[in-house]
Amino acid sequence: MVAALFLIPGLAGLTAFVIRPDGMRRALLLAVALAHAGLTTRAWLCPPSPALDGLLRLDELGLLFLSITSVLFLTASFYGIGYLRREAPGRRKDFEDGFLFVNAPEAVFTGCLLLFLAMMTLVSLSGHLGLTWVAVEATTLASAPLIYYHRHHRSLEATWKYLLICSVGIALALLGIFLVAVSATDSTGATVSLLTDELVRRGSQLDHAWLKLGFVFLLVGYGTKMGLAPLHTWLPDAHSESPAVVSALLSGALLNCAFLSILRAYQVLAAADCAAFGQEMLVLLGLISMGVAAVFIVGQQDYKRMLAYSSVEHVGILALGVGLGGVGAFGAMLHAVNHSLTKAMLFLIAGNILSVYGTKSCRDIRGALCALPVSAALWLAGFLAITGTPPFGTFLSEFIVLKSALEQGRVAVAVLYLGFLGIIFVGMAGVFLRMAYGRSSWTLENQPGREPVLSLIPPALLGMVVLGLGIWIPAPLLDLLDRAAKALGGL
Amino acid sequence: MQVWTDVILITVVLTNLALTGLSSLGTCIRVMALQGVLLGLITIGVQREQLSLHVLVLVAGTVAIKGFVFPRLLKRAIREAAIRQEVEPFVGFASSLLIGSLALPFAIWLTGRLPHLDAGVSPLLVPTAFHAILIGLLLIVSRRKAVTQVLGYLALENGIFVFGVGLARQATFLVEMGILLDVFVAVFVMGIAIFHISREFDHIDTDQLSQLKE
Repeated sequence: MVAALFLIPGLAGLTAFVIRPDGMRRALLLAVALAHAGLTTRAWLCPPSPALDGLLRLDELGLLFLSITSVLFLTASFYGIGYLRREAPGRRKDFEDGFLFVNAPEAVFTGCLLLFLAMMTLVSLSGHLGLTWVAVEATTLASAPLIYYHRHHRSLEATWKYLLICSVGIALALLGIFLVAVSATDSTGATVSLLTDELVRRGSQLDHAWLKLGFVFLLVGYGTKMGLAPLHTWLPDAHSESPAVVSALLSGALLNCAFLSILRAYQVLAAADCAAFGQEMLVLLGLISMGVAAVFIVGQQDYKRMLAYSSVEHVGILALGVGLGGVGAFGAMLHAVNHSLTKAMLFLIAGNILSVYGTKSCRDIRGALCALPVSAALWLAGFLAITGTPPFGTFLSEFIVLKSALEQGRVAVAVLYLGFLGIIFVGMAGVFLRMAYGRSSWTLENQPGREPVLSLIPPALLGMVVLGLGIWIPAPLLDLLDRAAKALGGL
Repeated sequence: MQVWTDVILITVVLTNLALTGLSSLGTCIRVMALQGVLLGLITIGVQREQLSLHVLVLVAGTVAIKGFVFPRLLKRAIREAAIRQEVEPFVGFASSLLIGSLALPFAIWLTGRLPHLDAGVSPLLVPTAFHAILIGLLLIVSRRKAVTQVLGYLALENGIFVFGVGLARQATFLVEMGILLDVFVAVFVMGIAIFHISREFDHIDTDQLSQLKE
């Protein structure tokens, strides 16, 4: 049952490479997305039992991040069907430099998309530090061809940076895992397995010095993949150059998977009574990420890059929340849900805008509300959501993180946090409002046609869920968030 | 047994120094292949009990992939991309070699700073691992060609591998094979990317990959 969750997309992904008819492959994509969502729902109703001696198991944290991935993949795959239909085969003109390029074969795209889902699922199911590493590295490899879907030099540059920076980062995480393994070796040379549950249970026997060193490497390694500044350098390039569907999944699901891997290391650290050491580092990296994001968002010309930097900001908030601990851990968990859904929605709409206007520069886009009424309305709603304006769910989770900082009397942290949020709000407002309002650059003759329904419903649904979460959190979700926060030593 | 392990570890250090000073890409790849075989030998050397089937499969896998498959993949990438057989560093060979040599005392100093470890392994093991990791990072930042960056990544990975086989012996078989498979696929995907870079840009100098920035 646990294995089925990642075997189904994995095997389907391999099959997709050899299926010739486009229709069949797209049907497979939808079928797998639905099956994955179905299995995840089943896991909510009756928790599956562990498999392979505990290598695979689904705990609170895993289920939370698995659900986020599953929901995002489902919406993204519906959007993706419409997207793939619009992407005509053959040579296409690049809108920035005017040269001709082709797309990667659709079979490769769909196959890698499904393998990507399989590996992200494996990250949330893994109960072994080593297996988590294998899965996180595999997500990098499965998603690299997705970033290179439009085969031109900019996307290739982004892909190369992504591959190299993330692979090197994740290699350092492997060193971190070995260091944790050393900390788990007792004086007689007897070894403990690297199963997370086992390590947490034996927390008090772990050697503190080695464990702390291991955590630093794990944090730096997975932090690279998660996009924590100053290790975020691949992120804006990869997010801005990949197709909308891929950007949405990278930002909404992949960054969370890396976050989950850090949380696994943090759980072990907390079990050994060194939580304070990890918390300080998470708070520091969190604030740096928000600061860097604020600097680059103000005056940003490229709206997809702006969204990417906003992801750097939000992973910073996640790290900060866990670092503050207490109720902040709960806030971080809730924020992971809210941010994923909001960011995926924004990237999907950015895809709609890009396909009509053919430019990523926000200076060239005016009056989107006239040309693309529905997309632009959602774009504005997304702006309010991502900046944490009430009544959206992001307001609630950002407020909880703030509350936790104030409760602990960490005024400096709270002031910086609010300051960065304020700067980012102003910076983003300029871009979003400019793009939506003003006189449209379209004349009546070349007014774009009706907006395709498949590219509107998925982001609209995501937006509604975020709005709903701000007003009322369903009891089962509240319970899961509560348990996840407790697993991190919070509340 | 200990003596032989030490000899192999010192050879690994020498191969890493060679990587910083060699100018021919083909030779660098052969040195990398030698290092792959040495890693297999280290895995045998650090075993204190009888060799189990599990260890033998791991050694065979390591030697096959790092010693034979990677060099072939990289050579093929070079041939198909018609890359010139020179390394073309940002930092000259002499300076690279100097930095590489200075990395060795630094690695030894770093090991001394770590908590004392009585795991019954050679005292050279941890410094060798750190040295390889530093060399890997040096190669990645100081070389222009995409292929050399992949070589740097491999040196880094090998350093971590040395550390792992020496000190952390509790990873399960499945996970060890998974790690090996991941590194294999990583190099495979990087090889494909190199091929595309050469076709797109007519060369594989990564300093030309600089359009995406603020």
